[in-house]
Amino acid sequence: MKILVAVKRVIDYNARIRVKADKTGVDTTGVRMSMNPFCEIAVEESVRLKEKKLAEEVIAVSVGPKQCQDTLRTALAMGADRAVHVQGGESLQPLSVAQVLKQIVNKTEARMVMLGKQAIDDDCNQTGQILAGLLNWPQATFASQVVLSEDRKSASVTREVDGGLQRLRISLPAVVTTDLRLNEPRYTTLPNIMKAKRKAIEQWSMSDLGVDEASAVETLQVQEPPKKAGGVMVKSVAELVAKLRNEAKVI
Amino acid sequence: MDALRGLLRISGRAWPRRDAIGTAVGLARLHAEVQAQGEWGAGVEEFRQQVRDFARRSVAPHAEAVDRANAFPRDVDLWRAMGEFGLHGVTAPVGLGGLGLGYEHQCVAMQELSRASGSVALSYGAHSNLCVGQLVRWCNDVQARKYLPKLISGDHIGALAMSEPGSGSDVVSMRTRADRDGDHFVLNGSKMWCTNGTVADTLVVYAKTDTGAHSHGITAFIVEKGMPGFTTAQKLDKLGMRGSDTCELVFENCKVPLENVLGEVNKGVYVLMSGLDYERLVLAAGPVGLMWACVDIVVPYAQQREQFGKKIGEFQLIQAKLADMYSVTRASQAYVRQVARDTDEKGPDRKDCASVILYTAEHATRMALDAIQVLGGNGYINDYPTGRILRDAKLYEIGAGTSEIRRLLIGRELFKHGI
Repeated sequence: MKILVAVKRVIDYNARIRVKADKTGVDTTGVRMSMNPFCEIAVEESVRLKEKKLAEEVIAVSVGPKQCQDTLRTALAMGADRAVHVQGGESLQPLSVAQVLKQIVNKTEARMVMLGKQAIDDDCNQTGQILAGLLNWPQATFASQVVLSEDRKSASVTREVDGGLQRLRISLPAVVTTDLRLNEPRYTTLPNIMKAKRKAIEQWSMSDLGVDEASAVETLQVQEPPKKAGGVMVKSVAELVAKLRNEAKVI
Repeated sequence: MDALRGLLRISGRAWPRRDAIGTAVGLARLHAEVQAQGEWGAGVEEFRQQVRDFARRSVAPHAEAVDRANAFPRDVDLWRAMGEFGLHGVTAPVGLGGLGLGYEHQCVAMQELSRASGSVALSYGAHSNLCVGQLVRWCNDVQARKYLPKLISGDHIGALAMSEPGSGSDVVSMRTRADRDGDHFVLNGSKMWCTNGTVADTLVVYAKTDTGAHSHGITAFIVEKGMPGFTTAQKLDKLGMRGSDTCELVFENCKVPLENVLGEVNKGVYVLMSGLDYERLVLAAGPVGLMWACVDIVVPYAQQREQFGKKIGEFQLIQAKLADMYSVTRASQAYVRQVARDTDEKGPDRKDCASVILYTAEHATRMALDAIQVLGGNGYINDYPTGRILRDAKLYEIGAGTSEIRRLLIGRELFKHGI
């Protein structure tokens, strides 16, 4: 069985986010980029399934500009066998990405697609769900445990839901999106990074795959969150209630 | 590492460069056999970033405790952690578990580890450059296969013993002797200031096999922990680099098999001398890491600390300090990289290797003092790491040849050979 794992290149979670002066987006010049942490969890889970001999091949895929290949190299260093890079723009919407992934699923004949539940930059939390819809495959989102049946025809997936855990049994092929507590991704090592440089990255463009980059969503403005103002001491309960009612407008 | 050591008084002759002799010992064969060379590709900056990430998450959190306890942490095995990450065999052949890279990468690794912890990095340097590096350059196939894989994985710890209580800078005056007895040598004497001596499994040890022949009576040996007659004395209580164990080694009729001769009998001085050039080059990156550590502390401090109602970073006297620290750090880093690249291309140049460590070591001590000064009262207490960095930095003006020996070497090379 082949597992396709989608990875996204995002601003490193430790980096300071700066909004561009013209408010059209976030400034990424000179900012450290790395793999979306939820995607790391997806890669780790895929590689573990391969190590348990429940999968034969792990294929990493990323959609976006050329630098996405760095992210793919990380996936390869973590243990993915090969990678696919689909050249695309900087700010693709989940629908376009899902359309691309559908094509790559067909080309690679993957029977399981593993994705992070969302990316830490736009927090869309849509790609996995849309992909499942396009493929007409079952989906199990926010996975905190994935157990593949021995015959590889189904998987039992535990999801973290409000008020507890939910267990689903899904038949394969299927789409799984990964939550924070599924696993702790391994760190890449220098020898594995060097080996990863010799693994193949297949390249496609979005037009090769017949996917339109154009977005149905237009970004009007991006702005910094308001600066946190210092606290104030109130003299009485009455003043507190008045402020909550008139200034904060929460009661 | 043989920390407090200098170069001998060279008796008026130029020592052959390593490669002419080194390859004769079978290394070329070994390299070919295991297809040694790795390729990093993407530029050394990516490599630096990877090592920095590792050092920050795996080494830096232990730095203060290592200094305080004067010992490596007990709850984690840093040797194996560094081995798993791939740091112990930067210059070792890929076929034996190494990375097959050059000294530029080795220096970058030393720099970024030092930035996290001076003493862990020093022990690392003694292990992976002095011991592993010397073995890679000089051992034969059998020795390579026997010793290198475990040293590179971090299962075994390496050291090198050169100096003696009475032979520091004048190292060829060593008195440890090795007498041939059938199929082995018998070692007698003691070695001083041996970094990793207390914990090492595999040691490169120099001894006189011909006491009448001065430098040409030295032979290098591979000694294993547990060989009868080999013991280590109490570890030394040092000013800095605490946790990087240094001790005395004692040899009393220690039998070392003939096959453990590293290089050739009576040719140990070539192993020793070329090793010193590489040692100075790699260790020169240590002070650069310590300089970065100073910058890492001082810049955020100047941004946060307020006096007279302003951040102290707004005062021009502080700004000038930050600017000088940053500039010297960048210059030192560039200097180390350049000498390392030259070494990878052409082999080591004695005066350049001495010069680069002379420059970085003295600047690191000065910078640590400046860092303390910027932090004021806070810099003088041990809640802040600046005092530790100062104590660690001072070692580099002494170990691998004192600043005085380095100046002497550079001056003599310039006088003898010109530019």
